[in-house]
Amino acid sequence: MVEVRLWGSLAAAAGGEEMLEIEAETIRELFARLEERYPALKRFIDAGIAVSIDGVIYRDTWSKELPRDAEIFLLPRIAGG
Amino acid sequence: MDFDPSYTAQQFKSVGTRPLRPDGVDKVTGRARYGADFNMPGQLVGRVLRSPHAHAIIRKIDTSKAEALKGVKAVVTAADLPDLTDGDADLYAILSNCMARDKAFYDGHAVAAVAAIDARTARRALKLIEIDYEVLPHVTDVDEAMKDSAPLLHESVFTDGVDPAPAKPSNVARRSQYGHGDVDAGFADADMVVERTYRTEQTHQGYIEPHACVASVNNDGTGELWVCTQGHFVYRQWCADLLGMDVSKLRVTSSEIGGGFGGKTHVWAEPVALALSRKAGRPVKLVMSRDEVFRASGPTSATSIDVKIGAKKDGTITAASATLRYTCGPWVGMWAELGAMTAFAPYDLKNVRTVGYEVLVNRPKVSAYRAPSAPMAAFAVESAVDELARKIGMDPVDFRIANVAKEGTRASYGPVYGPIGIGPTLEAVKEHPHMKAPLGKNQGRGMACGFWFNFGGQTCTDLNIGADGTVTIAVGTVDVGGSRASLSMVAAEELGIPYEQVKAIVADTSSLGYNDMTDGSRGTFSSSMATISAARNAIRIMRARAAQMWGIPVEDVVWEEGHAKAAGAKHGNLPPLSVREIAAAAGNTGGPIAGHSELVADGAGVSFATHICDIEVDPETGQTRVLRYTVVQDAGKAVHPTYVEGQYQGGAAQGIGWALNEEYIYGKDGRLQNPGFLDYRIPVCSDLPMIDTQILEIPNPNHPYGIRGVGETSIVPPLAAIANAVSNAVGVRMTHIPMSPPRILAALEAE
Amino acid sequence: MSGIAVSTTINGDDVEFLCQAEETLLEVLRDRLGLTGAKEGCGTGDCGACSVLVDDRLVCSCLVLGAEAEGRNIETIEGMADGDKLHPLQRKFIEHAALQCGICTPGFLIAAKDLLAKNADPTEEEVRFGLAGNLCRCTGYDKIVRAVLDAASEMRGA
Repeated sequence: MVEVRLWGSLAAAAGGEEMLEIEAETIRELFARLEERYPALKRFIDAGIAVSIDGVIYRDTWSKELPRDAEIFLLPRIAGG
Repeated sequence: MDFDPSYTAQQFKSVGTRPLRPDGVDKVTGRARYGADFNMPGQLVGRVLRSPHAHAIIRKIDTSKAEALKGVKAVVTAADLPDLTDGDADLYAILSNCMARDKAFYDGHAVAAVAAIDARTARRALKLIEIDYEVLPHVTDVDEAMKDSAPLLHESVFTDGVDPAPAKPSNVARRSQYGHGDVDAGFADADMVVERTYRTEQTHQGYIEPHACVASVNNDGTGELWVCTQGHFVYRQWCADLLGMDVSKLRVTSSEIGGGFGGKTHVWAEPVALALSRKAGRPVKLVMSRDEVFRASGPTSATSIDVKIGAKKDGTITAASATLRYTCGPWVGMWAELGAMTAFAPYDLKNVRTVGYEVLVNRPKVSAYRAPSAPMAAFAVESAVDELARKIGMDPVDFRIANVAKEGTRASYGPVYGPIGIGPTLEAVKEHPHMKAPLGKNQGRGMACGFWFNFGGQTCTDLNIGADGTVTIAVGTVDVGGSRASLSMVAAEELGIPYEQVKAIVADTSSLGYNDMTDGSRGTFSSSMATISAARNAIRIMRARAAQMWGIPVEDVVWEEGHAKAAGAKHGNLPPLSVREIAAAAGNTGGPIAGHSELVADGAGVSFATHICDIEVDPETGQTRVLRYTVVQDAGKAVHPTYVEGQYQGGAAQGIGWALNEEYIYGKDGRLQNPGFLDYRIPVCSDLPMIDTQILEIPNPNHPYGIRGVGETSIVPPLAAIANAVSNAVGVRMTHIPMSPPRILAALEAE
Repeated sequence: MSGIAVSTTINGDDVEFLCQAEETLLEVLRDRLGLTGAKEGCGTGDCGACSVLVDDRLVCSCLVLGAEAEGRNIETIEGMADGDKLHPLQRKFIEHAALQCGICTPGFLIAAKDLLAKNADPTEEEVRFGLAGNLCRCTGYDKIVRAVLDAASEMRGA
């Protein structure tokens, strides 16, 4: 079980939940569980979500493990200059 | 990833020095080949016809007269670029932007293109294309576009991200929100509150090299594209998708790039040139004019931003909020969202909320410009922070230090920060002699902070050891600011050989695996990681080869100072083997020696800067002069300090132009009034002073050398730093960028 | 289609070409003669990337007609180095990192050469105003000004 925080717009799509507890070992499992629980998140996941683990941002590298007590935050994938 | 990216605090020999750039001689002799400097046999000249209307239905296009003109080999319209986007809205927007389909959405929107034997014939052919437009009402202003009464760009756009979903279509394409805590409670706790609305105008990246490409498509489905781009792999993907080609059959070569700053991360001319070539059966060279560059490519958002910040008398910020409205051009982007994410990033805030609105207007499709969206948000927030400090009676630097974000702070955009450099930049500014220098009459000093993300992403590098022991690295990351030098230095560092023995090139898309584009300050960060990884792989092979040469177990071979050395007393009398010696024997020990790396460079840091500037204002004319400018920024580790300074100075100069001069001016007819460098005036040499720089090095814990991206953040603070300086000089708060002389005069008179 | 026959001197070499009446010198240099060192940044004389010397006069070659080259002596960036020996300005631009993307560099070098020919010992301000007709978007001009001042100093000493 990991605690996952969602950015504002994602939280809105997850029924207003800003913090979720999810049974997931990896980023891939996290996305799968999120999509099962909140189908509205699918389009965000398809568009690309970055996962911040203890402040370090990972793009959607599926195999990345989610440590138990880590601070996990989901962000949109961003573009730059 | 078979690679440990953790920071190791090693001592450097090559990294941190200032060698000469490998592309220097080519660039000072005119030999470097840019987008327009390449030609193919039998090549045609491509030209694009553009809409003179800001908003119009295209009823009919008649190309028959143009096609009949002698020397015209192909005419294309949207019909020649059929919709293959399969429901991908972002790709459809790219397609529609490259060539208008049923509607022209802005002055300069491409509606047709020709390929002819020469430029003269192509120009004549454009005049023979007949288009029946039904001109529609248009809207270019961000606040006007949000009104219910505004002309709608798309009947099918309903504001996304609001609950309940709206029943009526709107130009407000999306709402996004960030923050934490309870801002209402926070404002109730405040002793002082500053609340203002700010505006910024649309600017262009202003790269001196217009978009240019040479496209060649064969009837067997293969093609080549020579193009100036920040990301040839990404261009390949988009072009292949839009033209229905196999990715592997389109070979894209990136030319030298004459500036990009984000503007060459998007395709405009390239799919059109490929479509022309496919139709004509000959190569086509398509080079935009400067007028086209301004009207059709590049610009940033124009913005309108409300900021509210409250603080206690002791200087503690209790709450902060912002509502950010950004223009996107005709299709949705995430521009306001980026503003909403970055606006308050330098601060440690208990209660913060930002809301972004993406607004569709009849202007060109917004594209990235160096730390996209952050400068405008920083202008608004840092102006309000300065005003609040003054209201409380605190020094603006001390006020920022009292509220600064640090390791462990929850960022306003969500995650908790690791080690970051904003505090140290503020401390450095506080101690900087610039802050203590005297000011004269009509002069003011301002300072401001800025933040931008760093990206990582997919990266690919090949490192080949030549028979003479010199090294070639082939990278997929386009060199926009000296990365061939910095990556050669990193390879030299890792291998333990001199910089002069390494040569870096940017490989074409058929020679290397996929590589993300040079954006998000990711070039040196991510490609240095891949270069280190590739070098370590090459070292592993060289150790094995040395072991073979010596006839000892590979475990007994170590790599030190550019040599294989036999470890332990039992082989003590073996002299070390150099790269050259190992390479010379490669034919007998297993063949060519190379190290490859394909990785996703995760763990990019974040980047902070604080700038100081002194401005003199002529109260009679509103004319401004930048007297002194200082950039303090965290680089993590400066691989080539001179080039890091160059990034700091270049970003500051662009920010100065944005703050004081540059803006898109639209007439009532929705046409751009100043599509040229004469009327869209970027800073020239005599406008600027020397730009002082101070490089701080707070290592990124997730890179072996501690490297952070440095390319973009330097454009974030200048708008606010200069606005604060001008406001201090004239005693009137400036809230509208650019602060051109008429605007300063108007502000003075209003007071 | 008839062209205008032009005889001229470019970087010390006799050159003959045919061009159309409306063709600019820049187009002739780049598209007919393969001298792509001069760049088209604007085509309207605002950016200086196409700077060349015509009879020792600094011009934007996008504002000169190809036909006007008749009987003139034209110097372009391709003729600046002496064989394999770089001009001091070229060397100092590399040493000071006075270029990043490099698209404006040929124009700056020609303009700087012209400036130093007229004023061997310019002040910083004179360099800034002397090069104000050339746009650079990468550097903020800091390192360009330093390179020109350093080259001027070396050339005076030589």
